[in-house]
Order: sequence, then structure tokens, then C-alpha cells
Amino acid sequence: MDTFLQQIVNGVTLGSVYAIVALGYTMVYGIIQLINFAHGEVVMFGAMVAYSVIVALVGAGTTLPPLAILALATLTAIPVCMIVGYLLERVAYRPLRRAPRLAPLITAIGLSIVLQNVALIIWTRNPLPYPQVITTVPYHLTSHPDGATITNVQVAIIALSLAMMGGLLLLVYRTKLGIAMRAVAQNPQVAGLMGIDINRVISFTFTIGAALAAVAGVMDASYYGIAHYQMGFLLGLKAFSAAVLGGIGNIAGAMLGGMLMGIIEALGAGYVGELTNLCALSSWFDAIAQRCTNDAHLELFGSNYQDVFAFVVLILVLVFRPSGLLGERVSDRA
Amino acid sequence: MQVALPIGKARHPAVAWTGIVLVAVALAALPFVLAGIGTAWVRITNLAILYCFLALGLNIVVGFAGLLDLGYIAFYGVGAYTYALLASPHFGLHLPFWVILPIGALIACIFGVLLGAPTLKLRGDYLAIVTLGFGEIVRIFLNNLSRPFNLTNGAQGIVLIDPFRIDGYVFGKSHTLGSLVFSPPINYYYFLLIVLVAVIALNFRLQDSRVGRAWEAIREDEIAARAMGINTRNMKLLAFAMGASFGGIAGGMFSAMQAFISPESFVLVESIMVLSMVVLGGMGNVFGVIVGALLLSFVPEILRYTVGPVQQSLFGRTLIDPEVIRMLLFGLALVLMMLFRPAGILPSAVRKRELEAGVAPGGVRTS
Amino acid sequence: MRSIHTIGVTLVTAAIVGMYGCGKEEPKQAAAPKTETAAAPAPAAAPADETITVKIGSAGPLTGEIAHLGKDNDNGVRLAIDQANEKKIKLGGKTVKFEVLSEDDQADPKLGPTIAQKLADAKAAGVVGHLNSGVTIPASSVYNQAGIPMISGSATNPKLTEQGFKDIFRVCARDDQQGPAVAQYLESMKIKKIAIADDATAYGEGLANQVEATLKAAGVDVVAREKTNDKATDFKAILTKMKGRNPDAIFYGGMDATGGPMLKQARELGIKSVFSFGDGACTDKMKELAGDKNADGFICSQAGLPVAAASKGFLDAYKAKYNVDPIIYAPFTYDAANLLIAAMQKADSADPAKYLPDLQKISFDGATGHIEFDDKGDRKNAEVTIFTMKGGKLDPVAIVKGGKSIAFGDFMKAADAGTATAAAPAKSEEAKKQ
Repeated sequence: MDTFLQQIVNGVTLGSVYAIVALGYTMVYGIIQLINFAHGEVVMFGAMVAYSVIVALVGAGTTLPPLAILALATLTAIPVCMIVGYLLERVAYRPLRRAPRLAPLITAIGLSIVLQNVALIIWTRNPLPYPQVITTVPYHLTSHPDGATITNVQVAIIALSLAMMGGLLLLVYRTKLGIAMRAVAQNPQVAGLMGIDINRVISFTFTIGAALAAVAGVMDASYYGIAHYQMGFLLGLKAFSAAVLGGIGNIAGAMLGGMLMGIIEALGAGYVGELTNLCALSSWFDAIAQRCTNDAHLELFGSNYQDVFAFVVLILVLVFRPSGLLGERVSDRA
Repeated sequence: MQVALPIGKARHPAVAWTGIVLVAVALAALPFVLAGIGTAWVRITNLAILYCFLALGLNIVVGFAGLLDLGYIAFYGVGAYTYALLASPHFGLHLPFWVILPIGALIACIFGVLLGAPTLKLRGDYLAIVTLGFGEIVRIFLNNLSRPFNLTNGAQGIVLIDPFRIDGYVFGKSHTLGSLVFSPPINYYYFLLIVLVAVIALNFRLQDSRVGRAWEAIREDEIAARAMGINTRNMKLLAFAMGASFGGIAGGMFSAMQAFISPESFVLVESIMVLSMVVLGGMGNVFGVIVGALLLSFVPEILRYTVGPVQQSLFGRTLIDPEVIRMLLFGLALVLMMLFRPAGILPSAVRKRELEAGVAPGGVRTS
Repeated sequence: MRSIHTIGVTLVTAAIVGMYGCGKEEPKQAAAPKTETAAAPAPAAAPADETITVKIGSAGPLTGEIAHLGKDNDNGVRLAIDQANEKKIKLGGKTVKFEVLSEDDQADPKLGPTIAQKLADAKAAGVVGHLNSGVTIPASSVYNQAGIPMISGSATNPKLTEQGFKDIFRVCARDDQQGPAVAQYLESMKIKKIAIADDATAYGEGLANQVEATLKAAGVDVVAREKTNDKATDFKAILTKMKGRNPDAIFYGGMDATGGPMLKQARELGIKSVFSFGDGACTDKMKELAGDKNADGFICSQAGLPVAAASKGFLDAYKAKYNVDPIIYAPFTYDAANLLIAAMQKADSADPAKYLPDLQKISFDGATGHIEFDDKGDRKNAEVTIFTMKGGKLDPVAIVKGGKSIAFGDFMKAADAGTATAAAPAKSEEAKKQ
């Protein structure tokens, strides 16, 4: 039971990170029907920039409390990522807005590669250890001393993630800008006729997404203690799958999808081995029974297939419920 | 209209034929010229030809049928592993290559259909992600199928793969003919060249056939195509299958040439590289993608030799790895091509029209 | 009309390709500059003596993540060549000038055969390299085809010497010696239950399998066998699973980039088991990645002897020439280069066909101790060192040689009592193997 609880805690934390990144994907897709492949790299940039700031501060022997260092790093990463996000849209996506869908998609892939390699040049290929500025304090969830725990960092990540979603919902549903965003998402031409500056709205969407990505990057890197120039790609793909799971274009869907994806991955990695343990079939097949006398684990699919879960979920969703759990919100594009 | 080498209809067939003969002679002599500089360059050429195969295969899926496949390298991997499993000490099987290559193509075809089937109803972007997912799934399986039953030997890869062998002529060993030394890379070069010519011819025939036109119709407007009576589902599956089969054959040849394969060679980045070649060269244009493949195979190698010393002399150290330059080239090729010349270096007239539809009169992009 | 257009294009392409053929003379010459003339300009100075140039290849990752290790290996070779050139060795009556051809394989298995071909084309008389098993194995086929002897200072995958190539050697231990060594040490710590994980790479998986096999044979209960991948950052799922099975120790086959975070996350989850790693995670970086507190007390192994035990002569010469200490396998590559030279001297010829038999039978005392090869090309009685991290530093605790474990202190006493040069290979800090 403790193991299960712990897996859930791990899954929810992981899911919170996916959720924030998924928000970026879902907003952009809702507005211009483009999978921003480069979004994962923006997350990575956020983590890297924050890393440089933290290392510089720690190296200079700062006396600031750890939280302040982290906050400062995040506050530096956010504008940098916003600029990167803005540039992506302006330089690469805007000119291709009317091109057939293949073009911006290919461009996005190309940008993802370019960004990865730029980061490689700046921060080298080595995995960068995040200086441990925050001491981890575990809180026990059950009375068992060795049982499930949740650490302060995990709590912070989940809380921050929820707060950001709340903020975004506020933005989208209670401000004029939010109304404009929803209008453009629904029907860009008519929104333009109503006097909304479409280009500005779209740029704004990208920058907000990028800002969220920066925070997600810092969260991810400080949680795991390591930042790497390739950390963004797979994270981005899984977050996108999460967005699709929840319903693309739907903000609440992105959060829900993210959390679910995290839990599915954690539980999957933890339990798929046991579920596919062929030794359970020993009573039917002699060959298996023989093999299992030495080694009670004959797992067909083990935890090494952890990354596959995101893709399998994606394919299943697209085949059986393409609009996602909470329904998609995209405009009709002829 | 695509050019289909109708020599008979050329205005001056004699010139056309002379041209072809000259090209043939040049290509036949090429490996010896390169070997004079270094057999390494023949190896690089062989790898370039393999990329040509991959580009041609992806061209069928992306160029002809308009389906963005980001998991294409999986078929390459499947073909490579098929050859490796049937011609190495791993299972103790040593089938001859002319048996295995068709089997590899067939298995790749099956995978192509498996990949295509669930994606038929998907929009372009989702199709891309799902195919990417499939590519990754195949790679992860190749990497992990060493437990509980050792199928692919996992991350360790398969070693000591048999080279091609025709009646005692082993491709993996050097043979001397008069004053010419046929080293293993040179042996493979000729084989690859012959198969490449056959594949090119096949591609041209395909383009001008009913199937090719059906693909073109689907690419331009799927609903209209269906209304015209084209079975879009089967045609799309056929596109995946045919594209996959080219990848499968190329994979088999890769296996034999390298004598060692591991899942590391079939990562997502390779899929993207093949896509770059197709995009750079010209989607839908057979010669275009070959040019794209050759460019993106040779230029990074040449830069590897030139950029390093240049950086050393200018900055005293290497600022940017040749490997990073290579990847930057690929990424930039994709981005810049899409922005400025989406139809590619050698555009196919039809695609050019389609892709530049978003351009206002005067060639100015509306912002 | 269109047909001629196409023919024209193909002709132009052919012409360009043809020009490439001629133009490629340049790149080859640009590639050649990676050679370094170690000795002072000889030709003008020694008109009476005939000098021949013998090229030794040095292959490894000179760019990329483990460029620092590749450079370290390269330095070892160059040191050996420099010293050899100073000695003015004669082969077949002619003074020899040794030249190092350094090639960068970027730790990429696809480049292994290409680099090997380049060195073969350049008529290298022998090659020291590569660094990663995953690159060395494909490259070895090419060296074998070309008849060039190759000695690796760091490739530990057993397959390298199981291919039946008579001219492929290694001077370090194999994973199937390292694995059992680790397992034996763990056993001596009275471990009853162990969980094993690896990063699904050739190196990590191979090593973990070896450890598993040895421990199972010794009757230890392997309660979990997990896998992750070398780019993963989240290990909590598999760690939680392992925690549920309560192992006394956890072994992870992988590099420090994944081992460090794994250790950190394990301690965060409250896992108290002892952690044990292979040489990939036997580095100082572990304390950065895992956090100082978490890193204390883990065990790791290295194929070879710790730097402290390396021959003083080598350490001093290396420091004097390069101003830094060797990182890990420099003493091995140093010995490898010297082995090639020694074999050439024995055969009085730089022709591989002539000196190969001498290389196979050689008996040599180098910076890493006494070296002899068995009939597969492996080093006889290769040593494995077990380290533990204490107070942020890696301390050697035991040497495992020929299946027997000797406490480090005792080993050093025996070594001091013996000849001064019997002390062995360098401080192995990081060995990235694949």
C-alpha cells in the first residue's frame, strides 16, 4: 500500500511538470493549430539559463537564502524564454501561417534541432548538476516509518503548478486579453473583423507559453538535480501527449491530461513488470515453469518501457477518443 | 509533369544517350578515384547512397502521398535487424543475401502497414507525432528485447554479421583484378549503385502510374480524391508499405556493410535527417531528393575536415564541434527551406505550386 | 526538351562529383594535420642516418561529452611516443621517428569503422584506441581486415576479444571481470538481497548482467531487476518499486549522469540500501549530482589500479608535460603505445605482419604493472579496484585480482615492498563505456 501511495505521489509531481508544459502546447495549438515542436527546447532553455544564474550566484559566494537564489534564477529565465518564444513565432511561424500545414510543422522540427544545438554550443554536452540549493525535507504520509513520503520540493512543485493554472485560467476567462485569445482560437477571421489585432494576440500566446515553460524547466531541473541539452525533447513529446489526452486547446484539459500522464507513467513503470510477469503462467507451460524456478521474475515488459507509455496513450486516445477527455477547443480550419 | 526519362521521346536522343554513358563511366570510375585519396571516402559514399535510398523511400510517403512520417528510420532498423538476425552467429543462421533482402523488405512493408493503419484518419500534425511515437517504440523495443527472450541482443547489438557473398566472391574481403584492388567498400559500392539505379527507375514508373496519380490526388485534396472513387485508405497504406520497403532493403545492406548494428543507429534524429534531405532536395522530385541526400551526406563530412583547422587557426581552439555543425545544418536546412524555398532545391513543378500557395502576388509573404 | 534538361542536370551533378573526387585531395591533407611530430625536426640534423617515419594511430572521442577522457587517452599515447623519439630507437638499422595520428571518433559507433579505415589508409603501423566499447568493436573488424594491430586502453566489453581477431588486444580488465569483482565485494559485505538496475546501454546492461550472474551463483537473492535508459531523469518509479522489496544493496550499471540523480532520488525516498556502481559512475561528479550527503558511502569499481598505485615515473613525466594529472586511462594508453613500440623493437621491424607474433607473446612492465596477453588478446590477471566515496573523495578499499580480493592497504604494502615500478595504472575517475 505504501508503495502504491508513493508511486501516486511521484506520479502527481511528475504530472505537474507535464501539465505546465502541456499548457504551452495546448494554447498554441488552440490558436493556430500548430504543434510547437520547439516548445520542449524552450523548457530546456529555461532550465539552462536558470542554471547559469544559480552557478554564478553560488560561485560568487552569495549570502541570499536558497529560495531567493532560485527565485532570482527563475525571474531571469522567464524573460529570456519569452524572447525566445516571441522570436520563434515572429521569425519562423508567422510567415508560414497561410502555408499548407506541412510547412510550419517541418519548420518547427527544424527549429527544435537548431535550438538544441545552440544550447549545446553554449552549455556543452555535459549533463549539468544543479547546485542543491534547497534541502529536501520528507514528510511522512503514513504511520509506517519507512513508508510513503512527500518532500517539500514535491509539494512546492504541485502547488506552484496549480497556482499557475489558476493564474492562466484567470487570464483567459477574466481579462480582455483572454477574451481576445479565445476569440482568435474560435475564429481568427471574424476576430480580426471585430478589431482584434491577431498578430499581437498570437505573439502574446507564445510568450505566455514560453514563460510557463521557463518555470517548468526550472522546476524539472531542480527536482531531478540535473539539466541537459536534450532534456526538453522527450519531455515536450510527453507533455504534448498529455495535452491531447486532456483535450487539445482546452486549458483545464491540459492540466488534467498532464497529471494523468504522470500518474500513468509512474504506475506503469512500477507495475507493468508485475502485471506481465509470465511466471504467473507457470502452471500452464512447463518451459516457463522451468525458467521460473531460478528466477521468479520473467517480465515481458519491464520498467524500461516507461517512455513507451506516453506514446501508447497518445495512440489510444487518437484512435478511440480523438477529442480528448474534456473535449478539444480548436477552430474549424477548412 | 514529372520527367520520366523518356529517352525515346527526347529531341536529341543521341545527346541524351551520350550523357548517360558519360555519367555511367564517371560513376564506375568514382570509387577508384576516391580510394586513391582514402578508402574512408568510399565508405562515406556508400553511406550517402544508403541515405539516398532512405530519402527515396521517405519521398514516396512525404513527397508523393503527402503524409509526414517522422518515424521512418524504424523501417531502416527493421530491415537491418532482419538481415542481422538471419545472417550472423546470433541465431546461427546464415542465409544468403538475395533471400534475406526481400524478406527484410517484406517485413518492413508489414511494419509500414501496421504503422499506417491507425493513422489513416489523423490530421497532418497528429500523423507526424504518432509516426514519431511509432519510430521511438520500435527503437525502444529493439533496445530492450534481450529479456526475457533474447531476440535482438538489446543495447549490445549484433556483431559479426555476414557480408554479401555471390558464389565465393565475398564482399567483405579484398579482391584484386589486374591492377585494380576491390576493397570491401568498393564491392558494396557497385552493388549499392546498381540497386539504386533500379530503385530510381521504379520510382519513376510509380510516379506515372495509376498509383502515383492516386497519391497526388490524395495529397492535394483527400475528400475530392475519395469522391472520384479512389480508395484513399488502401492508397495511403500502399504509400507507407512501399516507402517502408525501400527502408528495409537499405537496412539490410547497411547491416552487411557495417558487420555490426545496434539500436543506437536508429534514433529519431536519423528520421529527421532523412526528412531534411527530402525537404532540402525537393519533395516529390526523385532527382531532387537524391541531390538532397548527397548534399547532406557529403557537405558535413567535408566541413568536418575544413572547419576544424579553420577554427583552430582563427580562434586557437575548436569552438563548434563538427558534429554540432552537422546537426545545425540539418535543422537550418529544414527551417530556411520552408521559409524561402519550400519546394526544395530541385522542385517538382506540382509541389512548387502547392507549397507556395501561401505567397501573395509578387512573392511577398504576407505577415 | 525536359529530358535534355534532366540530362544536363545529371551531367552537371556528375561533373561536380568528379570535381569532388579531385577536390578531395584537399580535405585529406587537411585531415592529416592531426598528426603531431613529437620529436624535434630530425631530417636536417641527421644527414648521415636514414630515418623512417612510423605512424601510430590514436583513436578516441576528442569532441563531445567525454572529450576530456579522450584527450587524456591521447596524452598518454603522445607521452609514450615523445619518450620513444628521444631514445632514438633503431629498427632494421634505420632511426625511427614516431608520429601520432590522432583521430576523433566522437564516441559514435558509426564513426568507428570510418576512422579505422582512415588510419588504415594512412598506413598506421599500429593503433591505440578506441575508448568506448561500442565504437571499438565495429572498428576492430576494419583493423583486422587491414591487418593493423590495435590495443585498447579502456574498452571493457568482453565481445571485443571474443570475435576471434588475432590482432586485437586490450590492456584493461573486461566487464566480465569487473562485474564479478563488484559482486564478490558485495558478497563480502554479507548482502542477502540485492536489486539490480541498468541503463539499457551496451556497457551498463553488460556489466549489470555480469553482476547479476555472479551474485545469483553465490546464492544472493536478486529481488528486482529493473531497467531505465541513459537519458532518463526520473527514477522514482523504479526506485519505489525496489524499495518495496527491501534490498540490502542496489547495483546500478550506468554512467554518473544517471547514477547520481538515481542516488539522490533514492535517498529522498528514504531508501537506506548501499548503492554500488561500475566504473561509469565511479567519478567525482557523483557528489555534485547526488548531493554531498547522499553520495557518502557508495561503492564503485574501476577496471585497473588506482592512480595512487601508478608508476611514479609515468605520473611525474605526465605532469611535467601536460601540467595536469592523468584522469583515468592515460597510463593504459601509455602502456599500449609502449607495447607496440616494444614489439616492433623485438621484431626489429615496424611491419605489422612481422611484429604481431612478438606482440602476442610479449611480457612487459609498464606504468600499469606487468602486462601479458592471453590467446584472446585480453590482459592476463587484470586487476579491478573497488572504491568508496568518503567525505567527497573516492578512496580505494580493495583490489580484486585473479578472483581474490585484497584490501588496498595490504596491496600497497606489498607493492612498496616489491619494485618501485610495479605500481600500477592511473587514477581511474571516469570511464565512460558503451
